[in-house]
Amino acid sequence: MTTAILISIIMTLVGAATPILLAALGELVVEKSGVLNLGLEGMMLIGAVTAFGVTFTTGSASLGLVAAMAAGAAASMIFAFLTLTLTANQVATGLALTIFGIGLSSLIGQNFVGRTVSGLEHIFPAALADDPIGRVVFGYSPLVYLSLVMTAFVAWFLTRSRAGLILRAIGESDEAAHSIGYSVIRVRYLAVAFGGAMAGLGGAYYSLVMTPMWADRLTAGRGWIALALVVFASWRPLRLLGGAYLFGAVMTLELHAKAAGINIVPPEFLAMLPYLATIVVLTLISIAPSGRRNAAPACLGKPFRATG
Amino acid sequence: MSRMNRRQILVGSAATLALPALIGRAAAQDGPLNVGFVYVGPIGDYGWSHAHDEARKKAQEHFGDKIKTNYVENVAEGPDAERVIRQLAQQGNKLIFTTSFGFMNPTIKVAKQFPDVHFEHATGYKTADNVGIYNARFYEGRAVIGTIAGMMSKSGKAGYVGSVPIPEVVRGINAFTLAAQKVNPDFTTQVVWVNSWYDPAKEADAAKALIDQGCDIISQHTDSPAPLQAAEQRGVYAFGQASNMIDFAPKAHLTAITDNWGPYYIDQIQKQLDGEWAPGNIWWGIEKGLVGIAPYNDIMPADVKEAADKVKNGIASGEIHPFAGPITDQSGEVKVPEGDTIPDEQLLGLDWYVKGVQS
Repeated sequence: MTTAILISIIMTLVGAATPILLAALGELVVEKSGVLNLGLEGMMLIGAVTAFGVTFTTGSASLGLVAAMAAGAAASMIFAFLTLTLTANQVATGLALTIFGIGLSSLIGQNFVGRTVSGLEHIFPAALADDPIGRVVFGYSPLVYLSLVMTAFVAWFLTRSRAGLILRAIGESDEAAHSIGYSVIRVRYLAVAFGGAMAGLGGAYYSLVMTPMWADRLTAGRGWIALALVVFASWRPLRLLGGAYLFGAVMTLELHAKAAGINIVPPEFLAMLPYLATIVVLTLISIAPSGRRNAAPACLGKPFRATG
Repeated sequence: MSRMNRRQILVGSAATLALPALIGRAAAQDGPLNVGFVYVGPIGDYGWSHAHDEARKKAQEHFGDKIKTNYVENVAEGPDAERVIRQLAQQGNKLIFTTSFGFMNPTIKVAKQFPDVHFEHATGYKTADNVGIYNARFYEGRAVIGTIAGMMSKSGKAGYVGSVPIPEVVRGINAFTLAAQKVNPDFTTQVVWVNSWYDPAKEADAAKALIDQGCDIISQHTDSPAPLQAAEQRGVYAFGQASNMIDFAPKAHLTAITDNWGPYYIDQIQKQLDGEWAPGNIWWGIEKGLVGIAPYNDIMPADVKEAADKVKNGIASGEIHPFAGPITDQSGEVKVPEGDTIPDEQLLGLDWYVKGVQS
């Protein structure tokens, strides 16, 4: 295998991993606060179509990115209102958000089908970004570097910052956090909004970077892979980063193998692997010593009603 | 021209059921002929359904106020389809085009209930007294782009982004490869299956992987322009699918195989108007204009354009058959001796690859 091919493989792998990493980072924070939002796919699609629409209309991809985050956050607020304020079932509401997002993005996108935009510019000078070797470090979309920065930020936030500790406390025991005076609902609203914005950003990666266009269901189910990734990473940001690249490798290596004329395993099997890996990790977590058994936030998915 | 989605048609159907059927029928006889169309995808897919809708518009334009076309888009292949087809029949459409393979059984079922309504089903194989079928020989177009690929490729290696290995796709891969080998006998086609008709991110990654392996020309049998965009980014050539997709890849897009159902729709509607409609079974190609070739990119040298036109015209006149022998399969066994061609019934079930295809 030549260096050029190896570099290309790494670059497609990183490209496939980045949008699910972005979306999963947001979901990780949401789940750490004790909320399960299954609407990732819907929020990603809303982010994708908004990013494309705004970039196409204004000509500014940066504006498109900001709009995608705002749109993802706005969509997540519907979920937050229903589940946090009205204490609706989180699983059902999250699934509804996904279905809603598919329909809404298709409606908004009607006028953008068949159009194209130039997408995001590189941030490093062309001498580095286009260099045959240098491109493996410098040749990515700005969103790739942003996803790495965000991983570090989320890791720091959850373990080192006061706000992050409060968020985790709420996710582990909302009653206790409430009784010592923290506003459970307010923190969860903020967490869900952050999750929505990150999902929107993940969606924007598809419509501005991966394939600079809009078409119905552009994300083609990647939101579910991002959800699985959070469990796979057992709610740890750095493990999430590794998991995203592993999932990215699973999703793209089969294509490279087949392009090289190598048929190792059936493609259907590889398509199934991210989910299979998640089940295996879940099983391992369940049978591991008690220290790891508590990887999932204790209040995950449970509605909270303030009492007293 | 009226436009409906599934929900509107359901609401509409309640009204139709409530009203005496006579009103609808009388209106249909006195006014324009109502013609219905059922699409599997959104008309904005820029692929299959988009092409059918363009043809519907052409028919509407051709007949003016003599006909009224109604369409329903995004109809899933399943129970939904049967309901939508029945509603269209109940609403007074006298000729209904159901434009996806999966609409076959629902069409046959509804046709039994509406013997005075005529149905036209695309790409299927079941007919009835009031159900005709039609299909296009897209592989003829593949032979034209294969010729271009053979001449434009420096590496002699094409990448082919495939959806699923059904005969329709296998025919395309073989016709493409055979035509390219007429120009360059050592030409090979590397296929990567994405196992989906539509997954833009995966289609793009598949195209990139093929380009990494030295393929300098990309062909696709999936529905999104994503492989074309990947080719454009990497500076290799590619071909559009179903529609002219040059806007997505101004430098990479050499030409596209276009689906032109217009002439067939106009033909059948004319017969319906004349009271001469009868169930047919047609499989038309370039000759009848059902399969078209989009304008060539200016990048293409004159001799390539000429060679492509020669193949196109040769197929149209019947001089060239894309599956004329000798044809050997991947193992080197001669499947079709010189002087023979693969007959239609075998083409319809084609399940082996010609030599030079790596899948």
